[in-house]
Amino acid sequence: MSSIPTNEIKREFLKSKLGLTGIFILSGLIIISITTIVIIPASTFQDWNNPEKWISYPKTSVPSWVNFLSSEKIPEHKISNAEIFESEKNGIFLVSQQFGMSFEYDDFPNDFIFETKTKYSDSHLVQIKVVRPDGIILELLSTALPYSETETIHEQRYFSTDNMMKKNLELQKNKIGFEFSRGTIETVFSQLDENQVQKGNYIFIIDTYGVEQSIEVLESKMILGGKAFGMMGTDELRRDLAIGLLWGMPLALFIGISVSIGSVVVGLIYGVYSGYKGRKTDEVMMRFNDVIYALPALPFLIILAVTISNSIFLMIGFLMIFSWVGIAKVSRSMSLQIKTRQYVEAAKIMGQKDSKIVFRHILPQLLPYAFASIAISVPAAITTEAGLSFLGLGDPSFPTWGQILHDANTYGAAAQGLWWWIVPPGVLIAITGLAFVFIGNALDSIVNPKLKR
Amino acid sequence: MITLLLTIALVGSNMDTILKQGVIYQVRAEITENTTIAQGFNDPEEFEKFVQQKIDERIKTLGLDTPWHSPQRLGYTMYKILILDFGNATFLTSDSGSSNVGEIIFEKMPKTVLLFTTATIIISIIGILLGAASSNKIGSITDRITSTFAIISSSFPVWWIGMLMIFVFAFVYQIFPARATPSIEPDDPGYILALLYHMALPVITIVLIGFGAWAYLVRNFMVGIMQEDFINAKKTMGISRKKIVYRHALRNAAPPIVTILALSLSGSLGGAIITEAVFDWPGMGRLYFEAISVMDLPVIIGSTYILTVLFLVSIFIADLLYGYFDPRVRVSN
Repeated sequence: MSSIPTNEIKREFLKSKLGLTGIFILSGLIIISITTIVIIPASTFQDWNNPEKWISYPKTSVPSWVNFLSSEKIPEHKISNAEIFESEKNGIFLVSQQFGMSFEYDDFPNDFIFETKTKYSDSHLVQIKVVRPDGIILELLSTALPYSETETIHEQRYFSTDNMMKKNLELQKNKIGFEFSRGTIETVFSQLDENQVQKGNYIFIIDTYGVEQSIEVLESKMILGGKAFGMMGTDELRRDLAIGLLWGMPLALFIGISVSIGSVVVGLIYGVYSGYKGRKTDEVMMRFNDVIYALPALPFLIILAVTISNSIFLMIGFLMIFSWVGIAKVSRSMSLQIKTRQYVEAAKIMGQKDSKIVFRHILPQLLPYAFASIAISVPAAITTEAGLSFLGLGDPSFPTWGQILHDANTYGAAAQGLWWWIVPPGVLIAITGLAFVFIGNALDSIVNPKLKR
Repeated sequence: MITLLLTIALVGSNMDTILKQGVIYQVRAEITENTTIAQGFNDPEEFEKFVQQKIDERIKTLGLDTPWHSPQRLGYTMYKILILDFGNATFLTSDSGSSNVGEIIFEKMPKTVLLFTTATIIISIIGILLGAASSNKIGSITDRITSTFAIISSSFPVWWIGMLMIFVFAFVYQIFPARATPSIEPDDPGYILALLYHMALPVITIVLIGFGAWAYLVRNFMVGIMQEDFINAKKTMGISRKKIVYRHALRNAAPPIVTILALSLSGSLGGAIITEAVFDWPGMGRLYFEAISVMDLPVIIGSTYILTVLFLVSIFIADLLYGYFDPRVRVSN
């Protein structure tokens, strides 16, 4: 093994297109990771498995940029705030929360939900209706706020899936003039003569009537559950995939880099020491190495994850156990060569300690090789972790790409045609892996002159 | 043999925790099923004590109170494993209804061999030919495409490609079935055809992901050999380049290739857990996955042992073959 000076490695590396591409991708990933950590609060991703957090998001909606690509416009998920009008007539107070929207899509929305938070006392009547673009007014729901003697704050959600709404609409069928086999959504949004979306401006109104008293609307919004949402769409559990994918990036980098650095450092020191010491020590250390080498990694990782813990930090440790072996073997044979060099023998004769010889004189020679193997072993760590998560053995408090794919598989994303749930996580795994493979290969071809040519 | 012993020892401690957990679980389940026992106690602490006592009793009768490394237990486990007696599965059964772990495993094994060994053989044939071809003309288009493909395919997880393949070829274009288990009865004459048809998608996926890396490896071995003196001597003798590559160089590259082939054949038996889970292929991998999801301990232990043993055996065979192909190894020993 010939030692190559550092600046020569640098120069050679800058010449290699592959290596530069790798560095370019990697720095892109790191920048995205840092922005994610800064911009998206950690609490959002800790709530990844908390369904309540995601209730106002749409279910299995495509990424909204799909609308730019196709001529048919898919309804986007919209959250609109109310305009509030108050009036009083003969002692009866009317508070009207109105949501106006133009609906210009080619498909029906999934559902709509009204979320209101009001402060009132006594009892109030609530009426929800919709004014369609063709002027027809449909009464959706008549109900009351729960009676309260003292002033209270009340939160209420009205769902379009409410059976009362469907019944109310059935009672008004003379207004619309088609036979009833449609759901609430389709009735509200369809044309009169055929079952097509009627485009135009819709106004949804929530009227509250109170005697002698008015109510105070603290919060009021309407969620129109579309079929397109955000950069990456949402999954079956209404989770915004963009957040999961973005947070997966720093996690994947962390797992990959810490596993590879850990195992390379351990393997390097172990191998070099074993090779340097030689004789019995070498024999014993290499036999132990063989034992670990003989263990089938994936089954053991699964057993460890099931029996001990699936915490992400322990998982990193488990991955290290199985990945330092090869590096130890190679670095041992390298140190066998280096230790016969004269300067090492000179250091030995001078009476330097073994540890000093190993760390001062032998290890630095192997550093280029170490960097190459760190880069090369990152993708394996990332894919193995993704594989374990895919089997459902991931750490539930840290949503990784593998876990997103696990959920996709359990909810039958392939059968439902939810491509945006399957493709991006895998592509991201591959891109991250590729960046490291590029860097590693570029380094490797410099360090291993045999492959050059 | 020492390695085998050490491997068993390594699983041993783990296995004990699994077994003990299993016992605790079992006892609790039995007691909750039998409500009269629980009604007999009015103090929950006393009840806990009773449960604990039962658990201890059970552990003692199973011999779990002595640590796994006591010579008696170690010998017993070794003996049991050697005669391939893994006991009975707690939840899973084989297709014929038996719950003997050995039977379950040997029923699933042929399926895995059929799928993954076929795929591995196809991969290695394509890989060796492509690798040799690209080492023949280094820097040619074939060489570049192979190397690029090897690098790119190595960073995709096989199971993800599997999901994509299912998505594209089973649902978007309905060419292949999504589930890899044929629905026809095994004694039907069309069964083998159906099985092959169901096997197509997994095999294509595995080959697609695998052959690039193989070709790349073979290429690198060959590049090393092509620089040796005897090849140069042959060149100056005027033997055609094609003949040198396929006759002389490839034969000299055989030892490492055979080693890798042996390792990947045995690796194909166990490394396929995730792929089988994706394709729903009724082999060892899916058995393992199912065993984990219902925590069927004897099955987990049994299949891990089998996989380890196969792995060790194939390393051993690879070593022997290496000596056979490369006489230098024998001499140095």
